[in-house]
Amino acid sequence: MSVTRTGALPDTSAPDDAYDVTVVGAGVVGCAIARELARHSLRVALMEANGDIGEGSSKANTAILHTGFDAVPGSLEARLVREGGQLLAAYAEETGIPVEPVGALLVAWDEQQLATLPRLADKAVRNGHHGTRPLSAAELYAREPHLGPGALGALEVPGESIVCPWTTPLAYATQAVRSGVDLHLNCPVEKVRPGEGDAPHRLVTRRGVLRTRFLVNACGLYADAFDALLGREDFTVAPRRGQLLVFDKFARPLVRHILLPVPGPLGKGVLVAPTVYGNVLLGPTAEDLTDKTATSSTAEGLAGLRAQGGRILPALLDEEVTAAYAGLRAATGAEDYRIAAHPELRYVTVGGIRSTGLTASLALGRHTVGLLADAGLELGPERPLAPVRMPNLGEAFPRPYRDAGLIARDPAYGTLVCHCERVTLGEIRDALASTVPPASLDGLRRRTRARAGRCQGFSCGATVRALFEEGVR
Amino acid sequence: MKSVHPVERTVDVLVVGGGPAGLAAAARLAAAGAGRVEVLERERAAGGVPRHCARGGFGGLTGPAFARRAVRAAVRAGAVLRTGVSATGWAGPLALEVTAPTGLERITARAVVLATGARERPRSARLVPGSRPAGVLSTGELQQSVELFGLRRERIGRRAVVVGSDPIARHAVRTLRRAGVPVAAVVADRPYGPRLPGPVLRGATVLELVGRGRLSGVLVRGADGRTGLLRCDTVVFTGDWLPDHELARSGGVPLDPATRGPSVDGGLRTLVPGVFAAGNLLRGVEPGTVAAAEGRAVADAVLAHLAGAPWPAPGLTLETAGALRRLTPGRLHPAGPAPTLLLRPEVRLVRPILMVRQDARLLYERRLPVLLEPHRSLRHPAVWAPDADAAGGPVVVTLTP
Ligand SMILES: Cc1cc2nc3c(=O)[nH]c(=O)nc-3n(C[C@H](O)[C@H](O)[C@H](O)COP(=O)(O)OP(=O)(O)OC[C@H]3O[C@@H](n4cnc5c(N)ncnc54)[C@H](O)[C@@H]3O)c2cc1C
Ligand SMILES: Cc1cc2nc3c(=O)[nH]c(=O)nc-3n(C[C@H](O)[C@H](O)[C@H](O)COP(=O)(O)OP(=O)(O)OC[C@H]3O[C@@H](n4cnc5c(N)ncnc54)[C@H](O)[C@@H]3O)c2cc1C
Repeated sequence: MSVTRTGALPDTSAPDDAYDVTVVGAGVVGCAIARELARHSLRVALMEANGDIGEGSSKANTAILHTGFDAVPGSLEARLVREGGQLLAAYAEETGIPVEPVGALLVAWDEQQLATLPRLADKAVRNGHHGTRPLSAAELYAREPHLGPGALGALEVPGESIVCPWTTPLAYATQAVRSGVDLHLNCPVEKVRPGEGDAPHRLVTRRGVLRTRFLVNACGLYADAFDALLGREDFTVAPRRGQLLVFDKFARPLVRHILLPVPGPLGKGVLVAPTVYGNVLLGPTAEDLTDKTATSSTAEGLAGLRAQGGRILPALLDEEVTAAYAGLRAATGAEDYRIAAHPELRYVTVGGIRSTGLTASLALGRHTVGLLADAGLELGPERPLAPVRMPNLGEAFPRPYRDAGLIARDPAYGTLVCHCERVTLGEIRDALASTVPPASLDGLRRRTRARAGRCQGFSCGATVRALFEEGVR
Repeated sequence: MKSVHPVERTVDVLVVGGGPAGLAAAARLAAAGAGRVEVLERERAAGGVPRHCARGGFGGLTGPAFARRAVRAAVRAGAVLRTGVSATGWAGPLALEVTAPTGLERITARAVVLATGARERPRSARLVPGSRPAGVLSTGELQQSVELFGLRRERIGRRAVVVGSDPIARHAVRTLRRAGVPVAAVVADRPYGPRLPGPVLRGATVLELVGRGRLSGVLVRGADGRTGLLRCDTVVFTGDWLPDHELARSGGVPLDPATRGPSVDGGLRTLVPGVFAAGNLLRGVEPGTVAAAEGRAVADAVLAHLAGAPWPAPGLTLETAGALRRLTPGRLHPAGPAPTLLLRPEVRLVRPILMVRQDARLLYERRLPVLLEPHRSLRHPAVWAPDADAAGGPVVVTLTP
């Protein structure tokens, strides 16, 4: 087990030293696959182009643990979202990933949307979700008193939850590494020389060549480009940008559920949802682009979000914004994932994981390992994974700064460093010493929330940076 | 083994925030025999923002000297100063939840003085679009990096842009220069304002931040409508102050809509009996000496409260109109001593008219023989206060050009 960030990759030239499986791409999907593989006595590598896990689409999403009620019935995505949602809810409980089952309300703002709700309820049933319930306007306003005027009714979807999108892949990666997976960061795979017959594939990186018998493409937006390295052109990925605004914690009491838009001919609309950190999220936009690096927010995008948010929850606009960001979904033109096994190449592509990959991740992990086995990978017996318990970033669960017992054992948990988010010295120290430590201040923020609050570092930025630089040295 | 339950304690006066306002309040209260006066300061050292203002301008002292003097005065007077201790919430009307390295506490006081200061609005809250690169700072973070942690050019950046038109933009430029970081430009949104070290783009706005990983430039639209990219790896967003009102707000202390700080009367009493507020928390930044003066002023009302004086009724609300952006204090007791108001205009005003009305009555009208600037406050003794009708409606204060 190890995490490498620099230097030559391990020597895999001897036949026995080749990895059994290499997963390329350490987003939430790749991390989940690596974790699932770690159940078996295999040599597994997880390769990531960036200096940290989860730096691609996985770091910037809407953080909803879906039930899959609105998926395309019968699709692979529908099945994996449903299974993955249940698996992740249980895993979260076991490992301390914050999840809040707040439930969702699909709010109808006009007659047409209202007329759509029964169809959505039917679709939910076809997706195995029997708990939806129509709400009258009066019931809706009783549930959500701060909702703007004009809502006609809603469909209640119990079970939709909010989750921490950063702790989730970090938990997978941590557990994978502790269970023996090698994580190689700063390591884009530039070329693949497929092995003839039984010979291992050779993955060419700027840190050297890595040999592996089986290969998994979990490259997210770049799944098409990676396929091309193996001569496959099954689909192309087009980035669909989603811009989001995060509002200050004082907005949290304004909303109790995830408020979903009713999809209609005029597009999908935006949602308003609480976050597990106690903020409120507004977004995402849906913009079809060509540039896979276009993760910038735009003036029009943010103005449009505010206009829509102001109609849904007028009081939201009185609160300060603590963050604006954008993420890219991997659209492939299909209303489903693009998962394909290529047994002749000992290769599996896990592509087109569009807007549900966080939810489906654990099921994607299982499904992919099944495909690898079908393609000839000998899994051998299962063994238990190393246990993990993640630091809690969720407001609904005890945080260290309020934990008298913890502070009594270690005063570092009684020393606040980031005041807005109540992040203690102890938590920062732990993150820096963790199995998969942060590579940047942003990585530290995703692990602890330090500097993620309303002051954005006005008070604590210099101190957090000093701690990070000391800890890294 | 230390306690695993919060320690319950009582004090006479609990001051939250050990900046100029809180320290001045504590010094005067302790000296006046208010009993146990305890100051909670969440940072490792007390003194507040002046600790990292390396320049002069604090009543003839440098910021750090001003901070040290304030700390000394409070300690000498007998106040208990606790650093590294944070008030995180409320356990009751006059009881605060506290986190300290020594454990959790629940401190009940006979009077609570909130003096939690103010901060600059960060880039995100200004809704500046673009990427989210490293190298985006506020003056507060910049000053701490340079003055408290000794960072220099190689750790801060090679070329900076400063955004803002208040004097704080000048301080940001000077801090950058002291650290050896060249300043490419100051993007000043207002077409006028205090002298700023050049080059200054007056009336310009930041359209977008550019750069992956690290900032590579700031897209700006000039006053002439033309846009251009200013290459830089560091940008400092200055000014645009917000009171640090979160503790007050979470305790249900009502805010003044114009200042976003707690609504206070001339005695700096909030609308919650026993809770006072002073300093930049009231409305964003004023000079350190003003914050300290408010700290001293609040002590008188605290002493009266400790002596058993009844908590006054809310009194009359002062509302802003015209080009008046904010005023403090925002409430008035016509029968009490007339307060001196701090007025802040929205825009530059040459010899403006100050008008005070209540219901249909004109209480005061005067052309002020001054130039008012949006970065500076005017002190205005409310000589008209006794004429206000205690049973009337809100008093509306207007500034017009
Ligand atoms: C705006 C938005 C909102 C969303 N909301 C939700 C939601 O509420 N719930 C939900 O479940 N899902 C949501 N999603 C979807 C979810 O975020 C994605 O499905 C998921 O993150 C995809 O994970 P991934 O691992 O496939 O991709 P990524 O996270 O992009 O990971 C792919 C990784 O592969 C690496 N890589 C690529 N090429 C190479 C190479 N050649 N060598 C080495 N490494 C390489 C990349 O650097 C990257 O780290 C949302 C997505 C967006 C954009
Ligand atoms: C970047 C900057 C530059 C400035 N430059 C100048 C200048 O050159 N000249 C000048 O005259 N004025 C200057 N000022 C203004 C001057 O610093 C302020 O007027 C003065 O510091 C205000 O004092 P204060 O006590 O109200 O707030 P602060 O000085 O901000 O002190 C508030 C204190 O409260 C503490 N606190 C907050 N919340 C809690 C809590 N929950 N628990 C415990 N402690 C808490 C904070 O840590 C802080 O120390 C500047 C201000 C800033 C921000």
